[in-house]
Amino acid sequence: MNTLTAPVSAAHLNYLLRIADSSLILGHRLSEWCGHGPVIEEDIALTNVALDLIGQARALYTHAGASEGRDRDEDVFAFNRPQEEFCNVSMVELPNGDYACTIVRNFLFTAFQRELWVALHSSPDAALAQIAAKSVKETRYHVQHASDWTVRMGDGTDESHARMQRALDYLWPYTAEFFSASLDDGEIAMSGIGPVWASLETGWRKAVLPLLDVATLQIPTRTAFVSRGKEGTHGEHMQTLLNEMQFLQRAHPNCKW
Amino acid sequence: MNAHVNHKEWPLWEVFIRSRNGLDHKHCGSLHAVDAAMALKNARDVFTRRMEGVSVWVVRADDIVASDPDVKPEMFDPAADKIYRHPTFYTLPDEVNHM
Repeated sequence: MNTLTAPVSAAHLNYLLRIADSSLILGHRLSEWCGHGPVIEEDIALTNVALDLIGQARALYTHAGASEGRDRDEDVFAFNRPQEEFCNVSMVELPNGDYACTIVRNFLFTAFQRELWVALHSSPDAALAQIAAKSVKETRYHVQHASDWTVRMGDGTDESHARMQRALDYLWPYTAEFFSASLDDGEIAMSGIGPVWASLETGWRKAVLPLLDVATLQIPTRTAFVSRGKEGTHGEHMQTLLNEMQFLQRAHPNCKW
Repeated sequence: MNAHVNHKEWPLWEVFIRSRNGLDHKHCGSLHAVDAAMALKNARDVFTRRMEGVSVWVVRADDIVASDPDVKPEMFDPAADKIYRHPTFYTLPDEVNHM
């Protein structure tokens, strides 16, 4: 299937892990809503999204492990790596906050994923292209789900509007990292494995801005802040998340159940 | 009747799912949603997680007009002894199978 010979370059591996880690960490955050959703229908909807995201991460980790040729499987990537080896974008590791914050993050990030999956259709990494083709269907639904709620709550009551605007103001600066330059960009551009993320910004803005407008939300002004989760520099909440996510494998190495 | 409706709750919707093309939509449950679009989306999330369907209908539970259980005797019992309404008294030619 994968026509590329293992081991692939470090840049290629990092590229896969950035996507996989972002899916996994957001999937984990959304799983925290399980049993706590505002209504049971939303509880199930968010858990579905969480499972889709974790499924995307699993496929990518398995592919990354095979491409790397060091015998690391999906569990090793998810449960045995320290914080600084995770290269998810910082936005996904932030605590869920209220439902407005959860929804706005899902909207901003899954809209980005959609651009990414579409561009990856034509990747010469055949396994990656296949994962992208499957994932884009899931992600389209995630964007739809988040879009519906963004409009309902943004253009809803005074209270829901205020919460949505607060969530957008808080999260917007973290979107800069989706498109910030990475050290690997040159090599990725040369190999054509996938798009350099900066190239996805135009499409993302074209999808995101009109919907925020329909939701009567104000786009915050751009600041100089750029988070650096992609480079392994995480915020204060990441370790707490990993402590919980990795607890079982850390306490009982290689346990099965 | 509407006097009993709790307006703080989202309205109730009944969900019908067609499991395969060519089959009928079947009632499979109910859920709460503020409008039709949300009801469809919720139905997808709640009732089609395990590939149960290829098509979903939702209808406001309030919009279903149901027969009154108290009038069951006069509604349905009279049909019980009208066996001549079943087409079982015809002899079918051998060529006609699967009737």
